[in-house]
Amino acid sequence: MRHALTLIISVLRRMFASRLAGMLNILVIGIALSLPAGMYVMLQNVQGLVTKLSGAPQVSLFLTMDAKSDDVRKLRIQLYKHPSIKHVEFIARDQALEQLKISTGLTDVIGGLKQNPLPDAFIVYPKQEDAITLEALRNELAKLPNVELAQLDSSWAYKLEALLKFGRMVVLILASLLSLALVAITFNTIRLQILTQRDEIEVAKLIGATNGFIRRPFLYFGAMQGLLGGGMAWLIISLSLTLLNWQLTPLSQLYAFQLALNSLTPGDSLTLLLFSLYLGWLGAWLSVTRHLSQIEPS
Amino acid sequence: MISFNQVHKRYPGGYHALKNVSFDVSKGEMVFLTGHSGAGKSTLLKLIAAIERPSLGSLIVNNQNIRVLKERALPYLRRNLGIIFQDHKLLFDRNVFENVMLPLQICGFDYRESHKRVRAALDKVGLLNREKSNPITLSGGEQQRLCIARAIVNRPIILLADEPTGNLDSEYAHEIMAIFKSFHQVGVTLLISTHDEGVLLDTNVRRLTLKHGELQPASPSTNLTGSD
Repeated sequence: MRHALTLIISVLRRMFASRLAGMLNILVIGIALSLPAGMYVMLQNVQGLVTKLSGAPQVSLFLTMDAKSDDVRKLRIQLYKHPSIKHVEFIARDQALEQLKISTGLTDVIGGLKQNPLPDAFIVYPKQEDAITLEALRNELAKLPNVELAQLDSSWAYKLEALLKFGRMVVLILASLLSLALVAITFNTIRLQILTQRDEIEVAKLIGATNGFIRRPFLYFGAMQGLLGGGMAWLIISLSLTLLNWQLTPLSQLYAFQLALNSLTPGDSLTLLLFSLYLGWLGAWLSVTRHLSQIEPS
Repeated sequence: MISFNQVHKRYPGGYHALKNVSFDVSKGEMVFLTGHSGAGKSTLLKLIAAIERPSLGSLIVNNQNIRVLKERALPYLRRNLGIIFQDHKLLFDRNVFENVMLPLQICGFDYRESHKRVRAALDKVGLLNREKSNPITLSGGEQQRLCIARAIVNRPIILLADEPTGNLDSEYAHEIMAIFKSFHQVGVTLLISTHDEGVLLDTNVRRLTLKHGELQPASPSTNLTGSD
């Protein structure tokens, strides 16, 4: 344990012996990681917003203006009996106008209307919530007598969901490419280190150092550099989100709507750090394995 | 302790550095290896440390067969050897103390014990007052002594020295020979290569002479036997 700690300290000292170069490496790794991780955070936020706004999917049936109360009653019975409908809610046209007045605050404007422009409406909650069943149900309901329009309220959410899937794929590709870049950066850093410490490695081999002993500082270095790069990415994301949220505050006040971007969850943060640590270690391992065997005392 | 039996060393390209070399060095013996430059002295020492492997014949060092020794076992063989290199192989990115510390770090000695041993080794070669210096600031003789301190800090059972008095004036050379004799007295097996006949005149120890890669038969005039 003590040995490991001493080693970590000496590795850190070496990393910052060339302060600028060490910092630059960490910064590059941080930026490379913050791109996919930042996009991931944005997607998570949009996802959260979609779930919050869309709620349970529903179909709105707007009736024709000339529908009599008798027709409405018939339709209601028909909907109640429908096997794929869970629950039906009726909103009479007068009730709808009242709601509109309250929710928009346009009392004066609405009061000025000669007659109620709104139709009677049913809100239908289906049993199944997948996109295809919903679309079929909507088409079926649209053909019922006295129905002017059947509208699938959450269809935009499904479209957005598909778009998010696309976004996730972009993040995945970007993350893969930039992870590869991180491994390459570490590979090269370690290669240079091995070259500059050629004498030390040679002498160590001559006086009985095992390969494990020679390897260890390089592996620690790679892992530490990866970890610090991950920490840098985390900082970049957190700082960016703080700045963005700052700009969102007046916006959310204007729309009277709670709008704030969440940062990485503790779980996601841990994943980011462990992943970057692993990539750094991997790059160092590849480099050490490739270059160390070339140094043999002569 | 060291046993050469019909050992040949041929380098790729055909250079035949050692031809049919056979000799034994027993435990606690001190042996000088002499010969003209290019006679194969360095190659012979490199074979013992398994830096090079014999092409033919058998070589046993500390009960290990060098020809078939696995790569993994090399470090453990070398931990029993103290090697004093012709070119010193000191590390200039650390001070005198840290140079001597390296073998102990490699073997995983604990902090206190290793500090004690480093001081003892530096004291032995008379460099205790220079422990904080960078080896580059040391004179040739001091660098040689530092190299000796690093070779003995691990208390090896065999000490190999390649031209330890190479480019030192005779005063320094005698100083270093005196240090070697003191190791000999505590039972360390020593094999010292040198082309410097002057150092040998007043020493009464066994001597192996190489000539063009071949071990010369011990002639009565130069064979000053009587080692213990």
